[in-house]
Amino acid sequence: MKILMFGWEFPPHISGGLGTACYGLTKGLVKNDTEILFVVPKAYGDEDTNAARFVNASDVETAGTQVELEKLWGNISFIQIDSNLVPYVDEKEFNLCAPIDKVEKREGIFRHKYSFTGKYGANLMEEVARYALVAATIAKNNTFDVIHAHDWLTYAAGIMAKRVSNKPLVVHVHATEFDRTGENVNPNVFNIEKQGMEQADKVITVSNLTRNTVISKYGIDPKKVVTVHNAVDFYGREEFEVKRSVNDKIITFLGRITYQKGPEYFIEAAYKVMERCDNVRFVMAGSGDMMKKMVRRVARLGMGTRFHFTGFLKGDEVQQMFALSDVYVMPSVSEPFGISPLEAMRSNIPVIISKQSGVSEVLKYAVKVDFWDVDAMADMMYGLVTYPSLSKFSVRNGQEEVNSLKWENAAMKIRKIYNLIANT
Amino acid sequence: MRTICLYFQVHQPFRLKRYRFFDIGKDHFYYDDFSNRSILRKVAEKCYLPANQLMFDLIKAYGKQFKIAYSLSGIVIEQMEQYAPEVIESFKKLAKTGCVEFLGETYSHSLASLQNSNEFEEQVKLQTDLINKHFGQNPTVFRNTELIYSDNIGKRVADMGFKAMLTEGAKHVLGWRSPNFLYTNAIEPRLKILLKNFRMSDDIAFRFSDKNWNEWPLTAEKYVSWLNDSDEKDEVINLFMDYETFGEHQDKATGIFEFLRELPNRIFADSSFKFRTPGEVAENHQPISPIHVQYPISWADEERDLSAWLGNEMQDEAYSKIYQMGEKVLKTKNENLIKTWRSLQTSDHFYYMCTKWFSDGDVHIYFNPYDTPYEAFINYMNVVSDFEILVDNSFGNAKSVKKAASKPAAEKIKLKTEKTATKKVAKKETAAAKRKTGKLL
Repeated sequence: MKILMFGWEFPPHISGGLGTACYGLTKGLVKNDTEILFVVPKAYGDEDTNAARFVNASDVETAGTQVELEKLWGNISFIQIDSNLVPYVDEKEFNLCAPIDKVEKREGIFRHKYSFTGKYGANLMEEVARYALVAATIAKNNTFDVIHAHDWLTYAAGIMAKRVSNKPLVVHVHATEFDRTGENVNPNVFNIEKQGMEQADKVITVSNLTRNTVISKYGIDPKKVVTVHNAVDFYGREEFEVKRSVNDKIITFLGRITYQKGPEYFIEAAYKVMERCDNVRFVMAGSGDMMKKMVRRVARLGMGTRFHFTGFLKGDEVQQMFALSDVYVMPSVSEPFGISPLEAMRSNIPVIISKQSGVSEVLKYAVKVDFWDVDAMADMMYGLVTYPSLSKFSVRNGQEEVNSLKWENAAMKIRKIYNLIANT
Repeated sequence: MRTICLYFQVHQPFRLKRYRFFDIGKDHFYYDDFSNRSILRKVAEKCYLPANQLMFDLIKAYGKQFKIAYSLSGIVIEQMEQYAPEVIESFKKLAKTGCVEFLGETYSHSLASLQNSNEFEEQVKLQTDLINKHFGQNPTVFRNTELIYSDNIGKRVADMGFKAMLTEGAKHVLGWRSPNFLYTNAIEPRLKILLKNFRMSDDIAFRFSDKNWNEWPLTAEKYVSWLNDSDEKDEVINLFMDYETFGEHQDKATGIFEFLRELPNRIFADSSFKFRTPGEVAENHQPISPIHVQYPISWADEERDLSAWLGNEMQDEAYSKIYQMGEKVLKTKNENLIKTWRSLQTSDHFYYMCTKWFSDGDVHIYFNPYDTPYEAFINYMNVVSDFEILVDNSFGNAKSVKKAASKPAAEKIKLKTEKTATKKVAKKETAAAKRKTGKLL
């Protein structure tokens, strides 16, 4: 079976969990007798081609005009590129960011070749639209059985490919606009997501938590929505031994310092623990739009000497941070899945995760609290650093649990979904 | 002569309230009075009172022929005294019929029998006194917490003067042998051993209302036909179960009370079985052989071992922590502290920390106040931490001097930390002051 897959990023060029998940998934699918044609906005050439064949969307010429596009897309408004629909990008800025490489006139048809930045940025909406245009061409020039689109950035591409090829479409929801922004959703993004889910033959969600969001907030038929939990792949990862400079126990928050990740709950819980214990330090690793506010809060509580901000950590630094930690906390307000607790558990660190995370559905042995229940969170932090058997037990069992989360299994479920929709 | 021996366990623990680490050193009251009271009231209304009435009716109806046995933990009697004295009265009424035997056990429904100290004997004595006080009986038959038994425990029980003891008819102990005979302890042959017939017991206690069970619905008639089907040589069928089976585990609507009401009727009409209490069984039946139980068994879960209370790291830490304190607690001679220490030994606290239910076991969830074993563990350990402070404080300052003298190395470290601690205190104070001004602003 051959799959046309649309992604936005792929290792090693990633800025979030999406690329990692796509990588693991494609590797798993290949083992399940599936061939994948993976389309990314900008392929660098150093992607792992064992997992999939890559198409750089920048290299694809599109055969089509805006008029044709309009006809194909019918009432999907966002692809009509104008400033009303892309409010935060004016035309000039857009031209600077994503210049049209070539516009040549041949046989009376405009042929465009777009160059994609492949980054999340201000001209995102434009890129999404152009990506969709390219997708139509790719769909026309290739044969495949199923289309698979990852997250809203590629839904438009998926829909276009479906229109052109009449092949079934799977959209894969790694996160929704509600997870990213709380209730302040961007209506354009919401519409793209809704369209994608509605047009899809099957919607895959990374957790039951996300499945519920898709059903309740986007009004998608529950029968169409299937949960396939993410897995984790530690192949080739180095183990770190880090020498500690302090004897204190270290409790770590690691992630974007944004609303979604619940950093303020971590701070409030930390304060409660610090009032009672003087052998504990706290680290908030990462950066984000709430960082300044968090620094101010920590200063206000007078915890500065024992509460440390590291800024954004990259690559090995993340592993080193884990190696230094005694407890990892993920107090996310809303987390469709959340892969970092798995990495922490893999590094033999006990984790506290919020019940509002998708990953809590697959981790029986993780310590779970409601993100808002600061007292419970503090109590768990205290318990994990004070009573040795608790962390010993949860580490031992967590390790086993994490090792059993295999991409092959997730891929097998997805393969079954392909079979189901390809045959109907 | 074929016998049916009915024994019911009556127990409710003192559940702990949600006790956070920041309560340590400040709050010395540990119990969740509200849920203890409401659960006891609920169980009294749904089970203890109606079931006692039914037993009383049956004894009245069949004269001296219908006989039963109970074991009430000291902890549940305390709660009945506080929250439902009418239940005690109804047990007293049953005691007066002469058809009801009360068994001995540990006062706190504890795991003290696994300890080498005298604590086990102490608790059994306390319990015996309490039963005597309320029901005018001196128990001669012993049933340990959760039917925990081993050769050694049996020996200790015999040494206390009991003539018989109850335990599980665990398959891995019995092998090819049948639980339907009287056995003796392997070390002390004078102690008779009654083994629970778990299949026949669980048919009532667990499967009665299970609609997926191919024998559902279970009628008294059918049950008696099974009794009749048992081997003719079988002497005694021991039916041991939680008393809460009637009306609580098996709701009234399942017909469990009707079943119980009809059962003796059917047994007298359709079979040659007679009812006897455990004490009478020990008197009247000949033991057929000793039974060897090297490692402790219990009536819990598939494993029939101690793994519901001990075994995972958390349970082991909590268990050793509470018993390590024993000597110190007893030395205080403070009645309240000793009482608290004993109530913290109740096996249920360790049961809540069991991690086996991560995969199965609805039974474990029953009345479990915690969402996870982690919470159960942390809560318990927080309480024990505070309790330890209380115990230490009760010795006054003399104790800390003594400790320092005996551990000079520790003293040095202590001095160091004290230095830094004073710094920290200063820091904290300024921070607190800042906070206050912050609030004022």
